[in-house]
Amino acid sequence: MAVSAPPAADPGSAGTGDRRPRSRRPGRLRTSLAFWGFVGPFLAGLAVFTLVPVLWSAYLSFFDATNTVTPLPEDFVGFGNYADMLTDRAFQDSLITFSVFAALIVPLTFACSLGLALMLNKVRFMRAFFRSVFFLPFACSYVVASLVWKMSIFNGVRYGLANSVLDLFGVEDVAWLFNPDPPWYWLVIVSLRLWIQCGFYMILFIAALQQIPEHLYEAAYVDGAKPGRQTFWHITLPQLRATSVAVLMLILIAAYQAFDEFINLIGNQAYARPPLVYLYYTALGTQQDLGRGSAGALILALIIAIVTLLQGRFLGFGNKEGR
Amino acid sequence: MSAMATATRVKRPAGYRPGAGTKSARAANLVVLSVLAVLFLIPFYLILRNALATDAEITAPGWMWFPSSPSWENIPNLFNDPAVPMARSLLNSAVVAVATTVGTLLLCTTAGYGLARIPYRHANKVFYLVLATLMIPGAVTFVPSFVMVSSLGWISDFRGLIIPTLFNGFVAFLCRQYFLGFPRELEEAARVDGLGYWGAFWRIVVPNSGNFLAAIAVITFVGAWNAFLWPLVIGRSPDSWTVQVALSTFLTAQTVSLSQLFLAACVAILPLVFVFLFLQRFLVQGVAQTGLKG
Repeated sequence: MAVSAPPAADPGSAGTGDRRPRSRRPGRLRTSLAFWGFVGPFLAGLAVFTLVPVLWSAYLSFFDATNTVTPLPEDFVGFGNYADMLTDRAFQDSLITFSVFAALIVPLTFACSLGLALMLNKVRFMRAFFRSVFFLPFACSYVVASLVWKMSIFNGVRYGLANSVLDLFGVEDVAWLFNPDPPWYWLVIVSLRLWIQCGFYMILFIAALQQIPEHLYEAAYVDGAKPGRQTFWHITLPQLRATSVAVLMLILIAAYQAFDEFINLIGNQAYARPPLVYLYYTALGTQQDLGRGSAGALILALIIAIVTLLQGRFLGFGNKEGR
Repeated sequence: MSAMATATRVKRPAGYRPGAGTKSARAANLVVLSVLAVLFLIPFYLILRNALATDAEITAPGWMWFPSSPSWENIPNLFNDPAVPMARSLLNSAVVAVATTVGTLLLCTTAGYGLARIPYRHANKVFYLVLATLMIPGAVTFVPSFVMVSSLGWISDFRGLIIPTLFNGFVAFLCRQYFLGFPRELEEAARVDGLGYWGAFWRIVVPNSGNFLAAIAVITFVGAWNAFLWPLVIGRSPDSWTVQVALSTFLTAQTVSLSQLFLAACVAILPLVFVFLFLQRFLVQGVAQTGLKG
């Protein structure tokens, strides 16, 4: 723990010095000291564990850094690692895998969590019960969920739940995860993430729904709007705009970082390997190729930043007045 | 004035407000919700069923609803299995989750308070720097962070598991937003009583922010307990596995029995199920808070 204390800032003196009764209007120096006392430790840690690693990694990405974090000058390869990763078929495939995953999970999570929130908002009793049930999967880690999905529901043999249900309808057993051809493994992966995260975003939508002023619905009634579809499209959805934009962003960013369920369900198989799993095996697998791993991580970070900014621009972040 | 307005308010028909609707529509809504609730609970049921069955019962042809006689002996078998460091990994997870929660709370609340309330000249610049780090997606930095931690010699070590995760820019951001809205009058009173920033923070601000701090703490705890990628990267030796890493290893190795696997999963989610049962109010509040600020 002692390591987290910053060497530069002096947190102690700011705190004790401020305690004297006469310091009601502290001078500039005192204010600075107090500020660094509060913010310094956090900032130092952020520098050491986020900023420095990113810069160091950027440095490594220009070297042939296999199994080392301090490459020799003669191992300099310029943009070689970047060219390597961008032309690497496996890395390209991982980006495609991610894109398919995002195209499935983002709209589905959005629709399901909003749907659950709307239904919960209508229900009069047992609301807390239903909310708890839909939110409970969030307590499950992706590892535990993968375990249940892989070994019990979609295990591809007769005693699995999914195949037992199919059996009732006389349908042949499906191999699910063990068939490298889409679409069946996508069903497993997507349903798992939906199960875990829908309740989380549902809570966000419920909070937002409760903020919509009632008089809007009254005014709509006076104007003759039909309840249900018309009020949903013209009042509820526009009023949820700020939350919707935030939720879409959160789902997409979370999807980019998908790792846990892929590595536990499928492992290092080319047919469904998202970027993080590939980077994990590149940088920390048997090869320990930190140069290419770093280059890949930076490419991915850049893609995420661009898409996030574009999405923010496209959806008009904060366009709504009063929000 | 407002009383008048309410009195003359138009009486709305069914279906306009939450909690209203025709009787059949409400019944249909309830039925759909109930079906979904059952679906959502199925995985929990499967964990419990498989945890208390024998392997033969799990793999037997024909659907088994529940083992006729629960195999309680699975529990001592799991904890006595030398191939499975279950007790050790649970202990590791507990240490990591508690230390992460306490450390994050300490560092991020003080930082958030400083950014929100201390009129330092460059406070805004520092705040933008923190915001900029939020743009770096957390999981993408695992390669560079691993480089950093390994050069510090913290691989397979509690320091490596805990310390790098404490400086959470998002939590600091949330704290700043919260403290901006904290009533200034309370702090002014502390000032009059001769307390400095430090004293005002610990004696006035912290004791009056219980709900907010609890919400942040519960969210951080759940995240730390369920974290997988970072503990996997850092926990190279079995002694330093958290329970998630241990579970994942059994899952991929497939050397342990099915019932043991599910019992281990059951044990791994138990602490969080308790958190959800008893602290859900804070959790829901925390989630709503985190999202609305986004």
